[in-house]
Amino acid sequence: MVMEIVCPAGTPASLRAAVKAGAHTVYCGYADETNARNFPGLNFDRAEMRDGIAFAHANGAKVLVAINTYPRAGAEAIWHRAVADAETAGTDAVILADPGLLDHAAKHHPGLRRHLSVQAAAANADIINFYAQAFGVKRVVLPRVLSVPEIATINAETEVETEVFVFGGLCVMAEGRCSLSSYATGLSPNMNGVCSPASHVEYHEDSGALNARLGGYTIHQVGQGEPAPYPTLCKGCFSTGDKTGHLFADPVSLNAEHLIPQLAKAGVTALKIEGRQRSRAYVAEVVRNFRAAVDALEAGQPMPEGMLARLSEGQATTAGAYKKTWR
Amino acid sequence: MPQSPMSLPLFPPTLARLLRIAPLAPISVSLTTYARRLAKQHPGLFRRLGEHAHARFVLDPTDLPISLCLEPNGGVPRVSATRGPVTGDARIAGSLAALLGLVNGAYDGDALFFSRDLVIEGDTAAALALRNAVDDAELDISGEVAAMSGPFAGAVRRIAAVVERRTGVCLSRREETMAW
Repeated sequence: MVMEIVCPAGTPASLRAAVKAGAHTVYCGYADETNARNFPGLNFDRAEMRDGIAFAHANGAKVLVAINTYPRAGAEAIWHRAVADAETAGTDAVILADPGLLDHAAKHHPGLRRHLSVQAAAANADIINFYAQAFGVKRVVLPRVLSVPEIATINAETEVETEVFVFGGLCVMAEGRCSLSSYATGLSPNMNGVCSPASHVEYHEDSGALNARLGGYTIHQVGQGEPAPYPTLCKGCFSTGDKTGHLFADPVSLNAEHLIPQLAKAGVTALKIEGRQRSRAYVAEVVRNFRAAVDALEAGQPMPEGMLARLSEGQATTAGAYKKTWR
Repeated sequence: MPQSPMSLPLFPPTLARLLRIAPLAPISVSLTTYARRLAKQHPGLFRRLGEHAHARFVLDPTDLPISLCLEPNGGVPRVSATRGPVTGDARIAGSLAALLGLVNGAYDGDALFFSRDLVIEGDTAAALALRNAVDDAELDISGEVAAMSGPFAGAVRRIAAVVERRTGVCLSRREETMAW
């Protein structure tokens, strides 16, 4: 069975581009705090979601709606409405993280397929099986901190489908529990849907050097002509003692295209591409490459690779935790 | 796994020198007319700007001696061409080829940012909103200009195609076809 390519779409145009480029499945979210890519100018209103799902279904693709932030106390109705509207729009599944919201969806929308977001940071078979038994979760998006053998171990101990990230921004923290962005800005991906919100980011060029500030704090400076990273604290350049460098993580992107055969052997069902904040040009190019890769795998042909680093943060890529070669 | 940056064509210096003496008023009027046509045909573009629909954007083609100031005005846009320093809420700078490629959907804004082919200063949220709104609008610059050119539409398209082929600058929307 061909591995499923799950592609990002921040806009209706990106959704159409992903479907045309060969995405089996597209994931997207509403234009509010219910999804973890709540960026300016991005996401879908209700009519756009309905039309996008209709377009995808007409072309043989599925759509997953990410409602993967944690509801604020007293504002749960916003998240409940998002789940109900996603079901009405015809989504193939919702991607949820909060146990309370999962419980609400299981009780009030029992026919709606539920996936567990990476924001839930479910990283072992026990917790995944718990989510399956308690809330009927059918698929889990695994955190980007697991090696391939660890993923194989999980798959051997659960019936829940697994989906893993293979390309795009590399979050190295226990997702859903990272508060780095909150320290600098008061806003986080977990509650507000934004890591390093653009409203708190400032760039300034000085004699060719690019300075990036987040919430008033300088988090990195790159020299003239050097690749620029995203303005996230985990990829910032810091000084401690006599050392200066990227203490948490290097500013690179994940690219696990050459690991696809191993991930297939490990029992992975779906390959996820990060990047709802990216353009339709990115979506189309990445999707085409990964669709070609899984089709080549299915046909027993050599894997095409090495075409995507230009699109990567810092213009460099890593296999991340899958190989655990970092320091 | 580092990768060499993408190579983007620069505007010919000889033609850029001509722009140093070109009158700015006709350029501003033409671009404002074009922007208002876009506003009518792509109302979603301005809706996506949300709270930034009244921001003032400085679009700075770094290989040209002029910059453009775009004021969306909530859907009644105005574009003015200027020489010398200009202030705005957000500045988006890059070669003309980079900016045109972004508008036509040929390039990814983050990739251009990573490679330092695109610079954002000022209100980052406003700049992101504009970039995302433009990307969703699926604009086709040469197609739109051709549509405004009446009986010369065919000639405009042919000239644009020749310029694209010879310079590598993306002047028209990249058509997406079903790959599978």
